[in-house]
Amino acid sequence: MNAHQHAGAAARLEVHVEQKSFSSATGERIDVLRDLHFDVPENRFACIFGPSGCGKTTILRILMGLDGDYGGSVRLPNWPDPRVGAVFQEPTLLPWRSVEQNIRLALPGHRKDANLDLLLEILGLDHLRSFYPGELSLGLARRVAIARALAIEPDVLLLDEPFVSLDQALAQQLRNLLLSVWSERPTTALMVTHDLDEAIMLSDRIIVLSPRPAKVVGVFDITVPRRERDEKARDDLRRSFRKQFLAPEPGS
Amino acid sequence: MMAEEKPLGRPLGRSMGEQAAAPIWMVLLSFAALLVAWQLGATLWPTRSFPPPLLVWQTFLGEMASGDLPYHLAITLWRVAASFLLAMIIGAAIGIFLGMHRRADQFFNPWLILFLNIPALVIIVLAYIWFGLNEAAAIGAVALNKIPNVAVTMREGARALDPRYAEMASVYRFGGFDRFRHILMPQLQPYIAAASRSGISLIWKIVLVVELMGRSNGVGFQINLFFQLFDVAAILAYTLAFVAVMLSIELMVVQPLERTSTRWRRRAA
Repeated sequence: MNAHQHAGAAARLEVHVEQKSFSSATGERIDVLRDLHFDVPENRFACIFGPSGCGKTTILRILMGLDGDYGGSVRLPNWPDPRVGAVFQEPTLLPWRSVEQNIRLALPGHRKDANLDLLLEILGLDHLRSFYPGELSLGLARRVAIARALAIEPDVLLLDEPFVSLDQALAQQLRNLLLSVWSERPTTALMVTHDLDEAIMLSDRIIVLSPRPAKVVGVFDITVPRRERDEKARDDLRRSFRKQFLAPEPGS
Repeated sequence: MMAEEKPLGRPLGRSMGEQAAAPIWMVLLSFAALLVAWQLGATLWPTRSFPPPLLVWQTFLGEMASGDLPYHLAITLWRVAASFLLAMIIGAAIGIFLGMHRRADQFFNPWLILFLNIPALVIIVLAYIWFGLNEAAAIGAVALNKIPNVAVTMREGARALDPRYAEMASVYRFGGFDRFRHILMPQLQPYIAAASRSGISLIWKIVLVVELMGRSNGVGFQINLFFQLFDVAAILAYTLAFVAVMLSIELMVVQPLERTSTRWRRRAA
C-alpha cells in the first residue's frame, strides 16, 4: 500500500548531516554531529550504537522533524510525506487519555477506526484499553508507546532507547514483543541504543558512532537471520564486532 | 505482568486548591450553628438594623412573590456570566501568549502589574465616564478588573506546558483541533479551574458595585435602594439569595465539571 510499492531507493532512509551544533547559554558552540552519513535499506532494522552523549538522540530528533537547525539533508522513506512511528525515551503518553484513546489519536484520519485488536493482543494490552497511563507500570506504558508507533502503519519506525531503565528480563521480553510485531509488517526502522547485546539481537545493521562530534566509525551488517541468532551466534557476532570496533572483551 | 514493574510518577501535580471535601452533614451543621448564633445575637440585641433570620426569610419570600428578586437576580447573574466569559477568554488568550513568548512577556509584564494594581473602583468610574452609563461599559469594566488576574494565572499554565507532548503531537501529525483539545486544554485545565474559581467570586462582588454606581437594575441597584431605606432585612435577603445561587453553581456545575476532567488522575494512594 505504501512503502512496499516504492522502489528500494524511495523506501530507504538516508542521513547526510554535514554539521549540527548547539549553542550554550554563554554563547559557546558545541559541535554535536559532523560529516555524518549513513543509510538504512528498505524494511531493514538498524541500530545507532555509540557512547552516551554523542548525539544519537539529536539524529532522531532531526529525522522526526523536531530539529531543523542543521547543515545537510535527510531523506526518510516515502519522501516527501513520510509517516513516522516514533517511540521516545519516555513513553510520552497523554495522561488524560486512556490507552486506546492514546493510540487512536495518533492514527491518521482514514484509519481512525482501524481495528487494533491484533496489535493490542500481541503486545498483551487488550485488557488495558480503558486504563489511564498513570495506572500503568513503566514497562506497560512503553508497550503502549510501541503499539502507538506501529498502529499508524509507519513508513519508518524511529526508536530512542525504548528499553532503557527497565530491568533486563523485562527489557528482553519487550524486545521480543517488538520483534514479533515488527516482523508482522516490516518497515524501515532505526533505533538508538548504547546496549550492544540489544543491537545484535535486533538489527540487520549496526551504525557505530564516534564520541562527540559524532560521525560514523563504521557499519556492521548482520546477515544471520534473527531466528538463528542463538546464544552462540550472538557471541560470535559480539566478538567480531568488538574486534572491528572496540577493544577486546575483558578476559577473552 | 511483572510484579516488580514500578508505577509511573504522576505527570502533573494535583490541581490547585484540591483537597478532601468535608462530609455533607458537617457543612449543614456548620450552617445551622451560624443560624443559631445569628438568632441568638438578634434576640440579645434587638434592633431594626439587625433582623433575626426569620424576618429575613419572610422578606425573601415577599420579594420572591412580587417577582422583584428573581428579576434583579437574573439581571445580575447575566452580567456576572457575560463579564466572566469575557474575562476568561481575553485573559486566557493574553496569558497563554505571554507564557509562550518570553520577550513579549518581559515587555508587557509592567503593564500587567499596573493593571493588577488599579483599584476596581477607578476602572468602573473611568469606564462610565468614557463610555457612558450603559450595559457595555458596566460589563467591560468588570471584565477589565478580572483580566489581569486570569492572564497571570494562565501565563503560569502556559509556562508549565510540557514540550514533549507538543513534540509527540507534531511527529504524529495531530490536527489543530486535536492539539487544542487533547494536548493544550488538559494541561491548562488546573489553571483554568483556579482562574475561574477566584474569578467568579471576585466578579460577582465587582458586578454589585458596578450596578450600584451606574445601573438601574440588578442586585447591586436594589441593595443601594434598601441602604437608603435602611432596610437591612431586604439587603440580607438579596445577598443570601445571590450567595445561594453562586453556591449551587459551584456545587452543580463547577465541581462536577472538574471531577470529569480530572478523572484520569490516580486516586490518592
